[in-house]
Amino acid sequence: MKKLILGLVLANLLVACASEPIEEETQAPTAATEPAATEPAAAPAETATAAPAPEATEAAAPVVEAAAMPTETSVHFPFDVDAVQAEDRATVQALGKYLSENRASKVRLEGNADERGSSEYNLALGQRRANNVKKLLVLSGATESQVTTVSYGEEKPRATGHDEASWAENRRVDFVAK
Amino acid sequence: MRGCLGLLFGLCVVTSAQATLDIEITGAGEHQTPISVVRFGGEERIAGQTISSVVSNDLLRTGLFKLIDPAGKAPHEPGEVRYVEWAGVEALVIGSVRALGDGRAEVRFRLLDAVRQTELIALAVTARSDQVRAIGHRIADLVYEKLTGSAGVFSTRIAYVNREGKQFRLVVADSDGYGEQTLLSLNEPIMSPAWSPDGKQIAYVSFERGHATVFVQSLATQKRTVLADFSGSNSAPAWSPDGKQLAIVLTRDGSSQLYLVGADGKDLRRITFSETIDTEPAFSPDGKTLLFTSDRGGKAQIYRVAAEGGYAERLTFEGGNNFSPRFSPDGKSFVYSQFSGGTFYIAVQDFESKQVQILTPGGWEKKPSFAPNGKLILFATESQGRGILATVSSDGRVKQKMVAQRGDIREPIWGPFLKQ
Repeated sequence: MKKLILGLVLANLLVACASEPIEEETQAPTAATEPAATEPAAAPAETATAAPAPEATEAAAPVVEAAAMPTETSVHFPFDVDAVQAEDRATVQALGKYLSENRASKVRLEGNADERGSSEYNLALGQRRANNVKKLLVLSGATESQVTTVSYGEEKPRATGHDEASWAENRRVDFVAK
Repeated sequence: MRGCLGLLFGLCVVTSAQATLDIEITGAGEHQTPISVVRFGGEERIAGQTISSVVSNDLLRTGLFKLIDPAGKAPHEPGEVRYVEWAGVEALVIGSVRALGDGRAEVRFRLLDAVRQTELIALAVTARSDQVRAIGHRIADLVYEKLTGSAGVFSTRIAYVNREGKQFRLVVADSDGYGEQTLLSLNEPIMSPAWSPDGKQIAYVSFERGHATVFVQSLATQKRTVLADFSGSNSAPAWSPDGKQLAIVLTRDGSSQLYLVGADGKDLRRITFSETIDTEPAFSPDGKTLLFTSDRGGKAQIYRVAAEGGYAERLTFEGGNNFSPRFSPDGKSFVYSQFSGGTFYIAVQDFESKQVQILTPGGWEKKPSFAPNGKLILFATESQGRGILATVSSDGRVKQKMVAQRGDIREPIWGPFLKQ
């Protein structure tokens, strides 16, 4: 019970300094199972549904010098392409420079894909997109340990239509400050 | 001759009786056997279904039978059948149910050849009285096997993911989509369920740890274990036919590559060494080769490689992109999803002749898998904006759509034959 109260106090503090909602729903497989075999999911707040990136940047602001964090927080890709596009290189390089000057700062790159492909192929494609952004960040001064990558493939679409506008929106890598 | 078979239903199935499905069948087999399934004597209606209705629906869905209405005739024993009244019917299923008083019932049924006026099957089955669907499926399997020469798959199960808003459920159900049982419910994505060859475990991908991780879960005990949780994505589990190892896909060394891992999570070995995407491995029935999807040629295509690795041979050249290959149970062909001109189709390709056959009209058709008898292919498609289950016969003649009440159905896979 003590733990729970402490948890609530912590949660309140977090809410107080960052307006990001605390999501609890990622916990707890509801399968009618004994809790044994698997460990609880790590860090539910992190694994929660990709919060819109601008908010996430704000949330991290107290940790680092907020003003310097590049504001652009997503890069987009053409269909079935994983290379960072020419028009996005400056954005990625600016973030790499920022990370090189703020070694305590960390970023998670979340790769996504549109639904045209199999779920597994799109998981792989989203990972390649995130990996390619990471490579460019490292070339631009970030260290490997400042950048983590994850792919959601086609599983967490921001836009749900079967149309080019939705697909274009979903072919992207989000930068989430950690 | 009279056999006696006691069916053991070890798995306690949590059935949601309200999970009604809207099933739509189109097409028919080249030859349809006219058959009549007579209402069984003493049978009860449980959750809207009777044993004879389950048998009828199973046979109807194959497209290989023409169901003839008994028109009021209700024989339950061979002595009560007047064959002259059954002109035009080739096969007749009759039976009766007798309560045994301990919550169990004895079901006797006969399959009669109405043309030769002989008995083809006579069997008594003892089971729990409420196992109407399981008994019906078993009888339909026996009838199907006797009349077509192929094993029936009505008693087998399927697995899929049901997505409703942010909620993902891993579900197993009867092969007709009824009898849903939720194995796992998360507010994070679940992908790629894969049956162990004995049908006792399911491997799948879950994002509950924040990234794609491969789990294995027992159906009987619900116990879950982590099979692969390396940095990056861990995905696309596929069991070897002997159940001793799985092919999986990891990105821990960069791009998605194929690996083999023991069913105990040990002895990890890398199989492919490309700089591109290699994913969706599927074992051949003899366990010697793997099919997989790769974009090493520029676009996603199907390749084949020895299970221990080596040279990968490209198999698909038609259409724009090809995904999600799976072997037929006899190993002579494979099924996959072809993306061409903005549309997904289900296609089969013969290994020897290399001939491709598109089986479906096209749509959002993904993740095909063969029934264990090789006669039907299960896949995910969309109807009115919702993900649904569909099947097509392996000759493309008979198509079926199954619309569930709730959610989007994704990632279906047909389970194996279960040992009786």
